[in-house]
Amino acid sequence: MSSLRENNFDSLAAPRPTPGERHYEKFTVSPELEAEAQRVIALYPEGKAQSAILPLLHEVQTRFGYICADSIIWVAEKTGSTPAHVLGVVTFYPGLRQSCPGRFHIRVCRTLACSMAGSEELFDILCEKTGIDRTQIDHDHPIGVSADGLWSIEFVECLAQCGFGPSVMVNDDVHQCVTPDKADELLAQYSDQSNPGQTI
Amino acid sequence: MTITYKPGREPHPKETRRIFKNVDRVGWDPSIETAIADGAYETLRKVVTTMEPASVIDEVKKSGLRGRGGAGFPTGVKWTFIPKGNTKPVYLVCNCDESEPGTFKDRFVVHQDPHQLIEGMIISCYAVGAHFAIIYMREEFPKAAQLMRHALEEAKEKNFLGDRICGTDYNLEIIVHRGAGAYICGEETALINSIEGVRPYPRIKPPFFPAAIGLYGCPTIVNNVESLCQVRHILEMGGEAYSRIGAKRSPGTRIIGVSGDVKRPGYYEIISGSITFGELLYDLCGGPREGHVFKALIPGGSSSKVMRCDEVLKSRNPDGTVRSLSIFDVPLDIDSIAQYGSMSGSGGVIVMDETRSMPVILNNINRFYAHESCGQCTPCREGCPWMLKLSTRIINGQGSPEDVALLEKVAYQIEGKTVCALGEATAWPTEAMIAKFRDEFTALTKPINAQMPHSPEAKAARQFLIRE
Repeated sequence: MSSLRENNFDSLAAPRPTPGERHYEKFTVSPELEAEAQRVIALYPEGKAQSAILPLLHEVQTRFGYICADSIIWVAEKTGSTPAHVLGVVTFYPGLRQSCPGRFHIRVCRTLACSMAGSEELFDILCEKTGIDRTQIDHDHPIGVSADGLWSIEFVECLAQCGFGPSVMVNDDVHQCVTPDKADELLAQYSDQSNPGQTI
Repeated sequence: MTITYKPGREPHPKETRRIFKNVDRVGWDPSIETAIADGAYETLRKVVTTMEPASVIDEVKKSGLRGRGGAGFPTGVKWTFIPKGNTKPVYLVCNCDESEPGTFKDRFVVHQDPHQLIEGMIISCYAVGAHFAIIYMREEFPKAAQLMRHALEEAKEKNFLGDRICGTDYNLEIIVHRGAGAYICGEETALINSIEGVRPYPRIKPPFFPAAIGLYGCPTIVNNVESLCQVRHILEMGGEAYSRIGAKRSPGTRIIGVSGDVKRPGYYEIISGSITFGELLYDLCGGPREGHVFKALIPGGSSSKVMRCDEVLKSRNPDGTVRSLSIFDVPLDIDSIAQYGSMSGSGGVIVMDETRSMPVILNNINRFYAHESCGQCTPCREGCPWMLKLSTRIINGQGSPEDVALLEKVAYQIEGKTVCALGEATAWPTEAMIAKFRDEFTALTKPINAQMPHSPEAKAARQFLIRE
């Protein structure tokens, strides 16, 4: 086993606490989760449980907000692979998070058409309005979380909505044509928590 | 029966809606009852009860359908690559990982008309002999994944899926598998690795293409959403009839997504080759924004080569004389665009007007590829961030004139030296941007030329030495 920090499972899967955690449950294996795992694994051909790694990681992320070390070990046990293998899958995908987002996770598209329509200004304005420190967001720490854990923000690549930029996703809702002057309108849909927001 | 569309979303008279027939339609919802009332699954019933799988493949081959995912490979030919005498199970995968910047067509099919895709998929599975199929849905479509799972349940209840489809001996199971935000998963072998649950690095091909050795080592057919939807229409009207629509070598309709600096960006379904770029941009999209002129356009997603709007293109007439034309005279079909040095890719047209700085545009594209390179091949893994560094340096006014040549050199050293086509996809925009807008790049490197930095001319031109 390598002594390099980069090659060490414990350090790669180490907890990265964020204020968002108070809005999500802590990872526990409930009977429902167990049943869901059985159901998902049974979808794939026999002996191909490894294919269920990605769906199970999605399941964990949807329920608990992010993928912690314990959940990686659980997924590995369920699918008959090793924690290191599952960690390799987790670190590959930008859509799988190892730190907890806020209750409302905002994803702003920064690819060409949206950027031309002003998504980078929008990102700055959203950071300012939600009280997220823009300077803490970089390639290695893509997600910024506000101090109250309510909001988090992330730049993503193309959301496949190029004709109607800037595109923004808040949790599972897609919003189109969110020009910088509509930032307030977007946030208002969520800060009034009785109204979970409109979708396309 | 006349179809009415939502106000403001009506198709232009030059459009022909086939795949997008039900998109934005008044009174339409994604449920199976609505779809069946509109004639869905009739073609499927006809195919599975009266046709042999081999004759379905023949029809698709006759139609001349070319894949709509970007490469334009003939779909029917791809299906015949399954080895003869194969005893392993055959899989079919629908590629719904639409992530090419500029492309937004599959989103509307899977959100608004899932049964069209399911019907096309069942027919295709029947043709290639697959009993298990997967829809690979990108992570950014969570609602579509739910909708699609529900639609599959509905189809199963009506016996269009599952055991003994429409009373025949044919069984088929379709599941939805979600990706997790990686552009590379649109590459078919990376997509297969992603389904297998390993890091999605593209596989080396040739010698073995997925149609011979794919998912779990078995023959696998990977097709784009739009291609699979087209299959349904081919079987409905017959391969011969389909091949007579539109451009000879790429028949059928195409969905073009226009984004950027036009008055009416959006999606347009046209008959391939029936209109030119000029008609698309001026008639369908309403021309440039008020008071602006078109400068450049990217004809097929960010990885295709950029074209200048004021460039004079040369074409040879049938009698041997040469005539000159502009990009606006080029018809929208795969071969015509390829003839003038770019590609129609997945049909995402990105338009830029004179307010856009091309180095800044290129920097954005480079950032995308630097982020999305999977890291398997060294030229791409190292080259993409290098190109990003160089273009960032240039747009910040910190580059030297040699940096432009260096940027070009790095691009040429990636192209053709990688396992998958991401190498080309990242190199082509840089190569074309520099070839066509070199003066803009060199202009930005001027501040550190010898004549700088504190001359009155430089101050008047607001150029200052920024290098630290």
